[in-house]
Amino acid sequence: MSTPHPQLAPQQPAAPWQGAPGTSYTSPIPVVRTHLGHAIVSEWTKIKSVRSTMWTLGVFVFLLLGLGLLFAVIAASADMNLEGESPLGLGLFGVMLGSVCLITLGVLTTASEYGTGMIRTTLTACPSRSRVLVAKAIVFFALAFTITLVTTSLVAFLQVAILEGSNAADPSGEEWLKATVGVSLFLALFGLLSLLIGSLIRHSAGAITIMLGVFLAPLVIAIFMFAESLRDVQEFLLNYSIPSQLGVFYGAELGASAPSGWDPLWIMLGLVAAAFAGAFAVLEKRDV
Amino acid sequence: MIEAVGLTKRYGAKTAVYNLSFQVRPGAVTGFLGPNGSGKSTTMRMILGLDNPTSGQVTIGGYPYRKLPNAARQVGALLDAKAVHGGRSARSHLLSLAQLSGIPARRVDEVLGVVGLQDVAKKRSKGFSLGMGQRLGIAAALLGDPQVLLFDEPVNGLDPEGILWVRNLMKALAAEGRTVFVSSHLMSEMALTADHLIVIGRGQLLSDMSVKDFISANSADFARVRTPDTEPQLREKLTSALTEAGGQVLPEQDGALRVMGLPLPRISDLAHDVDVRLWELSPHQASLEEAYMRMTQGAVDYRSTIDQKAGLQQPLPPGAQPPMPVPGQGQPGWYAPPAPQQGGQFAPPQGQPPAGPYGAPAPGAAPAPAPGAPQPNPYAQAAPQAPAQPVATPAAPAPAQPAAAPAAPAAAPAADLTKSEDAR
Repeated sequence: MSTPHPQLAPQQPAAPWQGAPGTSYTSPIPVVRTHLGHAIVSEWTKIKSVRSTMWTLGVFVFLLLGLGLLFAVIAASADMNLEGESPLGLGLFGVMLGSVCLITLGVLTTASEYGTGMIRTTLTACPSRSRVLVAKAIVFFALAFTITLVTTSLVAFLQVAILEGSNAADPSGEEWLKATVGVSLFLALFGLLSLLIGSLIRHSAGAITIMLGVFLAPLVIAIFMFAESLRDVQEFLLNYSIPSQLGVFYGAELGASAPSGWDPLWIMLGLVAAAFAGAFAVLEKRDV
Repeated sequence: MIEAVGLTKRYGAKTAVYNLSFQVRPGAVTGFLGPNGSGKSTTMRMILGLDNPTSGQVTIGGYPYRKLPNAARQVGALLDAKAVHGGRSARSHLLSLAQLSGIPARRVDEVLGVVGLQDVAKKRSKGFSLGMGQRLGIAAALLGDPQVLLFDEPVNGLDPEGILWVRNLMKALAAEGRTVFVSSHLMSEMALTADHLIVIGRGQLLSDMSVKDFISANSADFARVRTPDTEPQLREKLTSALTEAGGQVLPEQDGALRVMGLPLPRISDLAHDVDVRLWELSPHQASLEEAYMRMTQGAVDYRSTIDQKAGLQQPLPPGAQPPMPVPGQGQPGWYAPPAPQQGGQFAPPQGQPPAGPYGAPAPGAAPAPAPGAPQPNPYAQAAPQAPAQPVATPAAPAPAQPAAAPAAPAAAPAADLTKSEDAR
């Protein structure tokens, strides 16, 4: 005890802390009943006020536009005969690479709150955890879908314009729909899956790694699967890998056993529903 | 009003909070004290519904937190200052919270003004200092103008102006009739702010009473009495007289007496009756800090110790004294005397205080390496300076010896003589 301690406490009068009942404070600010709408507005503010959103979406748009137009220009300048192929198929490569950006953004939307501790602030302000997750999902899905739709549509129009007169087929109505709305729904759902994995894993790097694995591993494994006895497995992995499913929207169907038409969308929808159920269950139970 | 009943939280085998029951009432600042790792933050998280209690429950205004309608308008909390996304500006952060609870956006600018962050409102909070982060957290807590406020270590990292501001803010909030619950490990801070104290240690309730009661229950008022050093027999005479009169007398190391259970005038009268002159008769009261330290002594999980530098120290030449340890550093374990009723456990010092970790080795018992042969030692450069120090020191009072007096300057020379003789 070498330092003198302030002897202030004894002089302090004990406040009448057992104050008279009914003295509690009432705020002059009107209290409203909150609902999902409030949470959505709040999540919109959050997602637009961080730079990672701008970066990931910026890179995403850049890849879709850049690669889509690059291949269109190459195809046009090479003077190749497309022999009735749809020019929309050239958009696949940009979309394939760009989906990595949506993985990152989706994971960051949830996992970054855990990384920074923001989640405790959020869930203190809104103890209804499912409402927060649903709001995040809605905001992310709407944003990802809109951006993808605008970009893929733009790319498709430009591709068709560039390749006009190079003997390319005129895309049908369904081809148009699949290459714009279809692929946008698929990518937004895939990003949503990342968001939910982020909520389950609660760690950005971990969740991004998992999603990259989901994205690439089946294809990479299948490529090196030489054994004859594993032929069926190889075929399954090839057919159902995410890049192959993306290809389906551009008319690149791999065979009779592979998903076709709008199948990839239903598959992804099922995955998202399962992830949602899992994320809800643990979110309600887990300590933050 | 916050009410906890039998609150228990286990993380695997570790029990963070055990059977905690308390009430936090409106209109007062309630301090929540405990050593590091005693379960304060866990309790706060359970109050806010972030962690689910293993058993028991805690309610705010009768509702569990997660059942409160528009919780953010009823409860505001500062959990930890860095619970924000660093990439977001202060204003956007608060705006998103305001929107989540349906609070008008102009309230955001209002609280930014209250905490003094309006000039950096557009800056990303990543670049904020600890104090600025703390202010942002307080702004978030005040955002909903709530009836119940929880602050976990609010003054961490604040400058003196900020500390004073927080202190006054707490009091003002409580004066408006709000419930204010503030955790801290700084008793001195709570002494200035709180009206009521809840103290926990190792997750269990140690005390729940007003600051005033806390002091009188835990501090020991005593009188220090000093008789002339020249006549030791007077001291014994007075001791027996005081003991006979019902007082408790403990000798202090420097020769003074510590008397409990007798008022000062009575001590003076008794001394006069047995014809003993007094050189000192002074009243002493333990501070809140001491009372708190003593209460939580047994419940401290993380205790600092003396840095022994074992094996790195060059053996001291015979007869040399080790350097004086800095008083008060690394010597935990001694706090104010106990309340009178438990006084018996304090034995008077038995002769020589036991040698501390730096006690000079007797020449015969010198460590194995010959004193003249220096060891290759990265610390060796500084060592030759040590013997040159003129201030030889007594063995440091070992932490285990409770009756050792606080490193009183007067004690040093007296004990020094005897010690030096020993060493020679």
